[in-house]
Amino acid sequence: MLEYITVEPLAVASLIKEKYSAGFNYLLDITAIDYSEYVDVQKEEFALIYIIRHKNFKETIVVKTYLHTLEIQSISDVFKGANWLEREVYDQYGIIFKQHPNLRRVLNHKEFVGHPLRKSYPITKGQLLHSVDDLIDEMNNRLLNKNVVCKLDNGSFSECNKDLMFLNIGPSHPASHGTIRTYIALDGETIEAAVAEIGYLHRGFEKSCENHNYNQIIPYTDRLNYCSAISNNIAFAKTVEDMLGVTLPLRAQAIRVMLLELSRIEDHLVCLAAILVDMGAMTNYWYMYNPRESIYEVLSKLTGARLTNSYMRIGGMANDLYDGFEVDLSKAIEEVQHGVKETLSLIKHNRIFHDRTQNVGIISAEDAINASLTGPNLRACGVEFDMRKDNPYYGYENYDFDVVLGSVGDVYDRIMVRFGEIDESIKIIEQVMRKLPEGDINVKDASVVLPAKESVYSNIEGAMNHFKLTYEGVKVPADEYYASIEATNGELGFFIVSDGSGTPYKVKVKAPSFTAISAYPEMIEGSQLADSILTLGSLNIIAGEMDR
Amino acid sequence: MELVSPSLDTETAIVTKLDDAVKWARESSLWPMIFGTACCAIEFMSTAASKYDISRFGAEVVRFSPRQADLLIIAGTITYKQAPILKQIYDQMSQPKWVVSMGACACSGGFYDNYSTMQGIDEIIPVDLYVAGCPPRPEALLDALVSLQEDVRTNKYNPQRHKDFKGLLDNA
Repeated sequence: MLEYITVEPLAVASLIKEKYSAGFNYLLDITAIDYSEYVDVQKEEFALIYIIRHKNFKETIVVKTYLHTLEIQSISDVFKGANWLEREVYDQYGIIFKQHPNLRRVLNHKEFVGHPLRKSYPITKGQLLHSVDDLIDEMNNRLLNKNVVCKLDNGSFSECNKDLMFLNIGPSHPASHGTIRTYIALDGETIEAAVAEIGYLHRGFEKSCENHNYNQIIPYTDRLNYCSAISNNIAFAKTVEDMLGVTLPLRAQAIRVMLLELSRIEDHLVCLAAILVDMGAMTNYWYMYNPRESIYEVLSKLTGARLTNSYMRIGGMANDLYDGFEVDLSKAIEEVQHGVKETLSLIKHNRIFHDRTQNVGIISAEDAINASLTGPNLRACGVEFDMRKDNPYYGYENYDFDVVLGSVGDVYDRIMVRFGEIDESIKIIEQVMRKLPEGDINVKDASVVLPAKESVYSNIEGAMNHFKLTYEGVKVPADEYYASIEATNGELGFFIVSDGSGTPYKVKVKAPSFTAISAYPEMIEGSQLADSILTLGSLNIIAGEMDR
Repeated sequence: MELVSPSLDTETAIVTKLDDAVKWARESSLWPMIFGTACCAIEFMSTAASKYDISRFGAEVVRFSPRQADLLIIAGTITYKQAPILKQIYDQMSQPKWVVSMGACACSGGFYDNYSTMQGIDEIIPVDLYVAGCPPRPEALLDALVSLQEDVRTNKYNPQRHKDFKGLLDNA
């Protein structure tokens, strides 16, 4: 259930606090809209959007405010997760959040001038960075807050009682899983303070969306979470289809469920393989990674690509399953089961594995909700939130599966939740394949789905239809809408503003990895250096999705 | 040049030029440093895993320290924010060194023609070989490796290119 509320900017902070005490304690996203080129003249040039959810995980509120000046009260004192989200809005739109503890750029680099998601910023205007941010002032503030350093009268800092060593992990480090940089202050082996810097893979997804039509965006969505490309396709296509008000045929829904679960397996395999390598358990990497190759084979036969599949279309998908798909799929699933079994037999009762992962990198359920963690990372804390159960779509309510929960919220739980979810996903896939409905895979609507090739080549209506849809894109009614699915890393949502044309006016991704990394520095403070690597690995941060 | 042949007994001595022997050693044991940032890095993982097995070509000793590597594989998008780091890593590698640009993003920015993405890493560091694809299949990367080995052996391209190169960040 989506409810829209519009308030004055001055009332936002108090409304959020009021809703917070009424049970809306889960922040999904904060973003802004630049209305300067919108079809209808709006009240103000800029509007801010806050999306919050009730603790029953069913009701969602979209709070909107039109800004008279480019300033607003920060809500990071209510939600920890708001800290980085507000930084992103500041970075991309130049909106100042008053009383924000650390309002600095998060995605773009420090020498960047201007705010790229403003409509006035030209999309291709790149700006060279000459030297990397040293993060020293951010670290000093962090240490000051923790009473590890003291501020001297002349404005500089001194270490009061500890002999600290500073260390950069990343952005080019084998265990940094892509391009995350963590700057830490060490006392011996213990991390006293940590700050994380992201944005090294910020490749302008949201700006690119504003310059492409809906179906052209599908390949871009592949590259958000590139470990499970199809689930991003589905999340985006579903949001647009909801805005169009079309319902997919049952066969298409079932295929989407099956591919979502296959992506989940694919993603968890690579996450688990990588974290076990980080622990020195190299053998497991082969057990887990080779089944992934078998999934690649099925997917490349089905979609033509191993990794970046671009299989979904607005209103359906590119093509139906091929003959013999079921046999290939069950072979791949068997290999996954074999790999998981072999790995578990090596680690399940392994003392080294237990010592390295149990009670390491803990985050409590309360903190995790406040920091907007989602997906397996949140479920590892024992919070029973799964979009497939709480807001079912594509007939998920008809499948029999369990939500896998942890209890402590440590690295061990996050790993074991993922192992459990692989089993549950296999259960769902088997149920889908057992009673896969016959019928169409695309909606029957000529204004949404491309006509059949025969009709394009043989009659003028088909040719015109094809031309109009390709050239202008699918026309989506003017609306502002948020929809999400349970992707592999958690709730993956899209907030789309349409002006009625074939190109979105604005697209915002609610990326699970973004909020996970914002919680990461506090999770590793106080733990050992080696534990920070495992904590990062267990959160399964995918840079493409985090930095967009 | 084949150094070991079953038809030769163990007492046989082989006479060759020192230069050839060095080139043979270099081409057969390229040590890659992976600068993996995005999707292409996942395909590199496949190339290194047992199915495609990069060790068949002598390049399985993946180093994450540039000082121990002689082949830099840039697997993924390089943004303007990342560029100084890539340059620093390239500079830390000792000569002789080779650079492979893997995938559309590293080669040209790919379909990310926007404010944050470098339009090709050859604006900041020299590139010996470009691999097309988004992402390239593991076979394409292996093909690049084999072509590069030929280049190491024959030196058919301009051997001065790493020394003469001036990129956008060199004058800074």
